[in-house]
Amino acid sequence: MEVAKGLSNNKQRKRRNDYNNLAGYAFISPWLIGFILFTIIPIGASFILSFTQYDLLSSPKWVGLENYKTMFLHDERYISALKATFSYVFVAVPLRLIFALFIAVLLVRDRKMVSVYRAAFYIPSLIGGSVAVAVMWRQLFGVNGALNSILIELGVIDKGIGWIGNPHTAMWTLILLAAWQFGSPMLIFVAGLKQIPTSYYEAAYIDGANSWQRFTKITMPLLTPIIFFNFIMQTISGFMAFTESYLITQGGPFDRTLFYALYLFEKAFKFYEMGYGCAMAWVLLLIIGVFTALIFKSSNYWVYYESKGEW
Amino acid sequence: MKKRKKGYINTFLYHAFIWIFGFFMLYPVLWLISSSFKGHADIFQRAHHLIPTQWEFSNYIEGWKGFGGISFAVFFKNSFIVATLTTIGQVVSSAFVAYGFSRIRFKGKKILFGCMITTMLLPSQVLIIPQYIMFSKLGWINSFKPLIVPSFFGLPFFIFLMMQFIQGIPKELDESAKIDGCNHMGIFLRIIIPLLVPALMTSAIFAFYWRWQDFFGPLLYLQTPAKYTVSLALRMFSDPAAVTNWGAMFAMSALSLVPVIILFIAFQKYIVEGISTSGLKG
Repeated sequence: MEVAKGLSNNKQRKRRNDYNNLAGYAFISPWLIGFILFTIIPIGASFILSFTQYDLLSSPKWVGLENYKTMFLHDERYISALKATFSYVFVAVPLRLIFALFIAVLLVRDRKMVSVYRAAFYIPSLIGGSVAVAVMWRQLFGVNGALNSILIELGVIDKGIGWIGNPHTAMWTLILLAAWQFGSPMLIFVAGLKQIPTSYYEAAYIDGANSWQRFTKITMPLLTPIIFFNFIMQTISGFMAFTESYLITQGGPFDRTLFYALYLFEKAFKFYEMGYGCAMAWVLLLIIGVFTALIFKSSNYWVYYESKGEW
Repeated sequence: MKKRKKGYINTFLYHAFIWIFGFFMLYPVLWLISSSFKGHADIFQRAHHLIPTQWEFSNYIEGWKGFGGISFAVFFKNSFIVATLTTIGQVVSSAFVAYGFSRIRFKGKKILFGCMITTMLLPSQVLIIPQYIMFSKLGWINSFKPLIVPSFFGLPFFIFLMMQFIQGIPKELDESAKIDGCNHMGIFLRIIIPLLVPALMTSAIFAFYWRWQDFFGPLLYLQTPAKYTVSLALRMFSDPAAVTNWGAMFAMSALSLVPVIILFIAFQKYIVEGISTSGLKG
């Protein structure tokens, strides 16, 4: 009897497991099929194509490491693209995060109007990726744009400057655009700041800490995990920036703002060098991977996790 | 008394700073809107002024005519079709997947979940070229299909967002439904979905809004103006080499933002919560 019962229990469990396995895969099947079709197969194809010359019309021609060699040894525009992208990421991402943190600290208090303020500061991020904003930015900094108009009226300059056509200022217009859109990290910072128990501040206040000390000794350490998260996300999206340089500066002047993603797009879809484009994509993946890993590694030194019990 | 006075001054300074900084932040947007109502002379001679000397509504009428004989009505219609179908596809498929990952125990779940999280960090550049080749072999170039069909296979960001939400729904509800004879489909449809509405809303808002503003997808896959979405049409319309009617360009730019702004005003709570809780980038 006992044995029989055990067997039927086993059978029942097996049937339940089978049902769960079936149901599980049925439920996730949309993602799983899409993952295979639109991620796994393309990744494999991209890797293989990166060793070929392929113009979409004739069949791919195997060239080994030629694409990768050309990139670093013979392609000056590629080096320009690397330079432009790095200088953009290194300046725009920290600027955006500093603005986000600064405004978040101001907008965390529970005052009337504060949620309205938050919404207002989020608007640039809301519309920031759109073509309309790119068009607007181009006009704002154009020769006949609002910035020149203000500067002329103030008497700073007497003739309009082409901020976007000038090799020294073009990148700054794009960096300013990026810094302007600090809304999303700001909202994430606000959410993080709200998590910090007020009792910490009260205790510090009683101990005689001034507001700067409270900020550097309580707020900053407790916020590091969120700074870390924002830093990673913003760095990754910074390396992938495309629309701004495509629409506002067209990569110019003299390739000063030729973002990596823009050059990749040109190579692949303007010159139909698909193989070269794939090789570029893999190097970008590698660059992003290395940076993400470095930020993760460095987090041991500056990110404070409460559960570790240090501090 | 003295302390109170100091408090008032601080409050005043605080609000004054926010207003001044906020003005600079919003100036470009206000400037865009104002420029869309300016006459030709105003646009150039009084470029930075926020109030037009004369309100000119003809910019909108002129702009709406579009280019190449195709009006902006077509572009708006295209954008609505693409954005709506994308939204339906992403939200429905993501809900199924989120349930599967958070409520069903099955073999290989951990590994697959890991794969999904990894894809969230994968730069899309790696996938674009092979996907383009694939869609061109299928004959899908210059149709909405490459923009719509992939969205019916779930979006990791939304799956993740919904999973976090489902984890907050008590498991006892599932158990009692199971005792009443519900299978997983029953639990999903009758218990989880009604409670998941806020997360579905957040996802739907973001799905719509991302696709509405998407520029790269349409740029890659749409070729004839009759198929253009608003964002792509706006780029052609504002081509710096060809543009002559600046007021109309400003007007259509401003108009393209209207659906996004309406969405934001109506569903601000969902958007703010979506970003704060899951780090969705907006």
